[in-house]
Amino acid sequence: MTLLPFFEWCEATLLGQAIRGSLWLFPVIESVHLVAFAVLGGTVLLVNLRILGAPLFSEPVRRLARDVRLWQSGSLAVALASGSLLFLSEPRKLYYSGPFWVKMTCLALAILFTFTVHRKLTLADDGQVRLPRKLAALVSIALWGGVAWGGRWIGFSG
Amino acid sequence: MSLLPFCKWLSETPWSVALHESLWAYPLVESTHVWSLALFFGFTVLMDLRLLGLSMRSVPASQVVRRLRPWMIAGFCLMVVTGLLLFYAIPVRTYQSVFFRLKLMLIALAGGNVFLFQSGVWRRVADWDFDPVPPKAARWAGALSLLLWISVLFAGRMIAYNWFDCDRQPQTAIVNWAAGCPVATVEPE
Repeated sequence: MTLLPFFEWCEATLLGQAIRGSLWLFPVIESVHLVAFAVLGGTVLLVNLRILGAPLFSEPVRRLARDVRLWQSGSLAVALASGSLLFLSEPRKLYYSGPFWVKMTCLALAILFTFTVHRKLTLADDGQVRLPRKLAALVSIALWGGVAWGGRWIGFSG
Repeated sequence: MSLLPFCKWLSETPWSVALHESLWAYPLVESTHVWSLALFFGFTVLMDLRLLGLSMRSVPASQVVRRLRPWMIAGFCLMVVTGLLLFYAIPVRTYQSVFFRLKLMLIALAGGNVFLFQSGVWRRVADWDFDPVPPKAARWAGALSLLLWISVLFAGRMIAYNWFDCDRQPQTAIVNWAAGCPVATVEPE
């Protein structure tokens, strides 16, 4: 079974055609996607660097994580929505793009990891889980880094 | 006065040509420029949100600003260095890009906003440090910063598109003026 028919169906949707046919829509959606990426990346870095011991905030990890959670989930939602629109405009090209599949794999793993293991460890009591939490921070940076790498390289693999 | 001759000279230097034509260096510099956004832009947004009273309300405002600042400065330096390299690789077209010119002006405005904030309400931070929602002047600084940096990002992204490039004539007079295109007056047929 292959996903190609689904991708072709996406390409034929009205929304996909509208974005493809417009001069401005793609760049504007792309910029929104970039803003969301930067905010999401900022929150991911903030929490993980704090876990790894960077002199960021004196408040406990769990409180910091809770403080930025809304903005992390919010920017992720915007990134997913704008990313889906970008996808709809050129699915067939993406189907044959290696970096796209790297990005999607990393993205699925990153979301899964963030909302299960990472969340559980960041919200645990400080001092109890130092080492596992540091490992989780490294895994989180690696996975989100893979998403950013794949995303950037889609543009070069045209 | 025009910087065009300087940009032309710059574009003919061997290193500029090498960077422009390189298979790996240019994409790597460009990617680093984009990835640095997470550090610089992401942290700036978090700081602005604190100034707006929308995030990290329980952390003193001065702590958010002071602790985030070195990371933001590091991110900014990374953006400036990679940005200069990107300009160095494609000097003439970038110099004549309306979006690049707009971006520089917006960055200058954002810098002015930082200056006003530092010399104004920030000096009295001791009075409002623990307020979950900072005073109006600080909220204005945060909102302006958000708006200006988002605009910088949009303008930066648009540099990649050639809609208003000088070598795509005819353009409207205002575009040619804004981009500084050296257009000969068109003779009527």
